[in-house]
Amino acid sequence: MIEVQDLRITFGAGTPMETPALRGISLDIPEGQFVTVIGSNGAGKTTLLNALSGETIPDTGRVLIDGADVTAWPTYQRAKLAARVFQDPMAGSCANLSIIENLGLANARGRKRTIGAATGKALREKARSRLARLELGLEDRLDDPMELLSGGQRQAVSLLMATFNPMKILLLDEHTAALDPKIAAFVIELTRTIVEERKLTTMMVTHSMRQALDVGERTIMLHEGQIVLDVSGDERKGLKVEDLLHMFEKVRGEELDDDTLLLG
Amino acid sequence: MSLIAFLGTLETGLIFALVALGVYLSFRILQFPDLTVDGSFPLGAAVSAILIVNGVNPFPATLVACVAGAGAGLITAWLNVRLKILHLLASILTMIALYSINLRIMGRPNVALLGEETVFTPLEMIGVPSYVSIPAALAVLIVIAKFGMDRFLNSEIGLAMRATGANARMARAQGINTNFYILLGMALSNALVALAGALFAQSQGAADVTMGVGVIVVGLAAVIGGEAVILPRTVFLATLACVAGSLMYRFAVALALNADFIGLKAQDLNLITALLVAGAMVLPSVRAPVKRALVKDKRVVGPLK
Repeated sequence: MIEVQDLRITFGAGTPMETPALRGISLDIPEGQFVTVIGSNGAGKTTLLNALSGETIPDTGRVLIDGADVTAWPTYQRAKLAARVFQDPMAGSCANLSIIENLGLANARGRKRTIGAATGKALREKARSRLARLELGLEDRLDDPMELLSGGQRQAVSLLMATFNPMKILLLDEHTAALDPKIAAFVIELTRTIVEERKLTTMMVTHSMRQALDVGERTIMLHEGQIVLDVSGDERKGLKVEDLLHMFEKVRGEELDDDTLLLG
Repeated sequence: MSLIAFLGTLETGLIFALVALGVYLSFRILQFPDLTVDGSFPLGAAVSAILIVNGVNPFPATLVACVAGAGAGLITAWLNVRLKILHLLASILTMIALYSINLRIMGRPNVALLGEETVFTPLEMIGVPSYVSIPAALAVLIVIAKFGMDRFLNSEIGLAMRATGANARMARAQGINTNFYILLGMALSNALVALAGALFAQSQGAADVTMGVGVIVVGLAAVIGGEAVILPRTVFLATLACVAGSLMYRFAVALALNADFIGLKAQDLNLITALLVAGAMVLPSVRAPVKRALVKDKRVVGPLK
C-alpha cells in the first residue's frame, strides 16, 4: 500500500546549515498494516511523514501509495489518499470554525467542493453519530467553536476528521505527545479501534517506546535518517521496552565508530 | 444634519459597505492585507465611466468594471502565491501599477458622467426624488450582497476559503488547494471593491484617478469599527458588522465635519479616518486593563466574560 524507494532529503543543501534528514529510506508497507515509528529527535521521523503526506518533496527517491507514484503530488492532491493527524492538537482543526464546520471540511475531502451548503442535514446526522462514539458529549455541541474544546477533545476530533471520509493511508505524527497521560491513553485506544474497524494502513510516529510496541504490528526505528531496526511478527512479540532501549543505545554507541560522525 | 445630507451620507455608506465586504474577505477571511483596493476602486470607476461615455449601456459597463477588479485581485494573489512576493508588498505593487493603468484607461485624470445614462437612471421613472431612490436601491443591493456573501461563506467552497486563511496547513491536509482559494478570494474581494468604485463614480457623476486614495483605510475602518460594535461570532454577524461599520464610519465623519464648534474641515477627513481606525484597533486591548482594574477594586462581583 505504501512503497518508499531510496528516499533522500537534505535540508539547506549547499549551505553551512546543511542537514541530511533522510539518507536512503526504503520501505514496503502492505495493505492494512499498522506500523509504529520511533527514533530520537532529528532521526527523520517527521520528515518521513512529511514526505508521505506531500509537505516535503524528496531530493531523490519515490513514494507510491496504492500503486500510484505520488512523489510529485502536492499535499492537497494526496489528501484523497492520505489523511494525517498532527502532533499539535491546535494544528488539526480551525479554532474559529465550529465543530460541524470543521467536520464539513473533512466531509468534502477527496472530492470536488461545491457551492452547496457545507453543513447540511445529512452531515449533521453523520457527524452526530460519529461524535457520539467518542463519548465526550460533543454530539450536542455541533455549533460550538473548536477553540472551546480542550486539547484532548480537539485531538479526538482531529482523528475523527482524518478518518471521516474513506482514504488509503493514515499518518499519525506523535498525535498523543502533547496530551496528558489519561487523555493520551484515550486517544490511543480510539486510534486502535478506528484502525482495526476500518482496516486502515497506518503509520504512527511516537516518542514512547512502550506505545511503539503495544500498538500496531510492526515497529521501525530510525536513526540519522536511516532505518536501523524493522521488526514484526514473533520477533516483535518477544521484544520488551528494555530490549528496544538496549538496541537504541547500541545504535548510538556504535555510531561513535562510524566515520561519518567522526570525520563529518 | 438636513434630510438630504443624511440620505447622501447613507448613500455613500451603503456604497462603501461593498468595499467593507471586500476588505472583510481579504483581510479577515484570507488574512491577506490587501492594498490593491486603493487601485481597484478607481479601476472600477474608470472602466465603467469610460465605457458609459462611449455609449455602452451602464449595466454591462458596471459588470465589466467588476471583471476588471477581479483581474486586479488575481494579479496581486498571483504575485503572492506563484512568485512568492510578500502579500502586503504584492498588493502595493498592483496598486501602484493600477494608478498608471487607470490613467491609460481614461486617457485623462478624470471623466465626467454628468448627463450620461447610469445604472441609477431607470430609478427616475419611479417618481421619487433621486436622493431617496438611489439610497433605497443601494440598500436593496447591499442586503442581497450581504446575504449572498453569507451563503457563499457557508458553502463548501466558502468554508474551504475560510480554512485557507485560518489554518493553511490543516486546509491542505484536508485536500484544499490553498493557492486556488487565495486567487479566488482575492478576485472576489476586488470585484466587490471595483463594483463599489463603479457605483460611486455613477452616483457622484465622475470618475477620478485619485478617488482611490485611502479606500483601504475606509474599508478597514468599517470592518474593525463594525466588529467593535457587533461581535462577529458567526458569518452572519461578521458581514452585518461590515455593513453597520461602513454606515457608522460615514455618519461619524459627517457629524465630525458638521460640528462647527470642533473646527474640523473637509481636508481633515483622512486624519479623522486614521484616528478612528487606530481607536477601533486598540479598543479590545484597552478593555482588558479596565476590566482588571475593576476586578482589583472589587467593584465587580461574579464571573467576568
